[in-house]
Amino acid sequence: MKKTTGSSFEENSNGVDPYVFRLYITGASPNSSRAIINLKAFCEKYLGNHYELQVIDVYQQPQIAKSVDIFALPLLIKKSPLPERRLIGDMSNSDKLLKSLNLT
Amino acid sequence: MQVLSKTKTGINGLDEITMGGLPKGRPTLICGGPGCGKTLMALEFIVKGATLYNEPGVFMAFEEKAGELTTNVASLGFDLDKLQKNKKLRIDHVHIDRTEVEETGEYDLNGLFIRLDHAINSIGAKRVVLDTIENLFAGLTNQAILRAELRRLFQWLKDKGVTAIITGEKGQGTLTRHGLEEYVSDCVIFLDHRIVNQVSTRRLKVIKYRGSLHGTNEYPFLIDEEGITILPVTSLKLDKNVSAKRISTGIPSLDEMFGGKGFFKGSSILVSGSAGTGKTSIAGSFANATCMRKEKCMFFAFEESPQQIIRNMKSIGLDLNKHVKKGLLEFHSFRPGLYGLEMHLARMYKLIKNFNPSVVVLDPVTNFVSVGLLTEVNAMLLRLIDGMQNAGITLMLTALNSGTTEHIDENVSSLVDTWILVRDIECDGERNRGIYIMKSRGMKHSNEVREFIISSRGLDLVDVYRSSEGVLIGAARKARQKQEGVRTGQNGNGQYRARIKK
Repeated sequence: MKKTTGSSFEENSNGVDPYVFRLYITGASPNSSRAIINLKAFCEKYLGNHYELQVIDVYQQPQIAKSVDIFALPLLIKKSPLPERRLIGDMSNSDKLLKSLNLT
Repeated sequence: MQVLSKTKTGINGLDEITMGGLPKGRPTLICGGPGCGKTLMALEFIVKGATLYNEPGVFMAFEEKAGELTTNVASLGFDLDKLQKNKKLRIDHVHIDRTEVEETGEYDLNGLFIRLDHAINSIGAKRVVLDTIENLFAGLTNQAILRAELRRLFQWLKDKGVTAIITGEKGQGTLTRHGLEEYVSDCVIFLDHRIVNQVSTRRLKVIKYRGSLHGTNEYPFLIDEEGITILPVTSLKLDKNVSAKRISTGIPSLDEMFGGKGFFKGSSILVSGSAGTGKTSIAGSFANATCMRKEKCMFFAFEESPQQIIRNMKSIGLDLNKHVKKGLLEFHSFRPGLYGLEMHLARMYKLIKNFNPSVVVLDPVTNFVSVGLLTEVNAMLLRLIDGMQNAGITLMLTALNSGTTEHIDENVSSLVDTWILVRDIECDGERNRGIYIMKSRGMKHSNEVREFIISSRGLDLVDVYRSSEGVLIGAARKARQKQEGVRTGQNGNGQYRARIKK
């Protein structure tokens, strides 16, 4: 996404915000493992290196379930570029991912 | 043998209906239409648990935000902020919006489990409310996953050993819109908010309670400044304690008609008569006598305001105001149209419970016909009479009988212990009042028709004169009395003689 001049967004060298993802999972459940694998594959394919992914195990920090307002897992939150998007599931539907992340 | 143990809800009346509360360690479903009081009932369960039984609770809201919830119930005296601060309560608002969440493949509700688990563990919660979890159906599209997860959730709640309330919106032809009753099957309570003749009544019914007896009727309930009150009304067992103690009617000559002692304490008395026969005056005298004995009396007036009654009673020499000031007499005046019958009953029960009087007066009950069918009014009065009898409270009802109102007095008469009838006797261009006792169970009572006089000194009954020409009352009686006095004075063997009082 192109950024307009004069805004306070962080900028990287080529003028495009990197994709910042947070993936919330629960331990080593099948859905969680699948989500990590699927998302990584997706990002490699469509975003190259132009992304940051943080994987968070909600079991380890149960209090964030409330603060982040989580009910369904795995949950992927696209923090940047704005607007923030939330996706749930094992990330197996790459068409939907593309559409939701505005990559089409 | 292991019996199902129960958790007291602390909600007025609900524990009586469920015979001890909700099933301990199991989920209960509360369902009903919009605005029926589900959320409030669930919240009261949590608040009462935290305040009365030292059982902390988690309230998971899928609809209202914590702030809204706190504001909404502040008027009921529930201080949710304080409870949260003292770690007695945790409110967790789960925000669900389908437009904000995209689904890409398989998922589960582990996030909800972790969240709930964390909330329960953080305060050692014994009670949990999910209000209303059906909102998940609006936020998530994959029904198959959702249903499987809900099944798992309710099982998990059971394993966790918390007593839970799940609320659900009423569906078309089903108890809940998404069939939650399939999963929560131990106890199902249905709330209803119905409007009949423009008067709304809330009702509660226990549809199912596995492994326990429960009341099966529909019970009216009300929501007021103290939360929810349910009336475990129809205890129709006829096994109450009765008293042989007698109390004065407040009119000495009327006491005489009841063998000189008056009514039984804890009995029910119906005073019926046509308009202007002095029913309210009889009730006022009875209330006055009660307060004179330093006992409490509660007066429900459906026609006149308290000030009106006090003023009018003053004209017959009764100072009710001083009893009001002393706190012995309490008036409650309202039009019957204000609430539905059930609500009236509920309110009266509550007021009576708080005031704890020994005598209750309803003046007049016939006005209730304006808000309900005769059969419904009778059912309500039956329950009231029943309730008062159980509590050992003497109840006086007045009833207007005229051509226009249906004969409520006849219908009620079989329920009451004592029935006094006041009627107009019109003859020789005068209207006079006659009073007689139609019935009085279990005591000797006079069969006479007496003339009933209302004067500035109060109420009194005088003997009617019987003659070969019939009964003499009013001016004819006075004339005859005079004549009699003269005659007896003259030759001592008057043709007419005053009847000797028994």
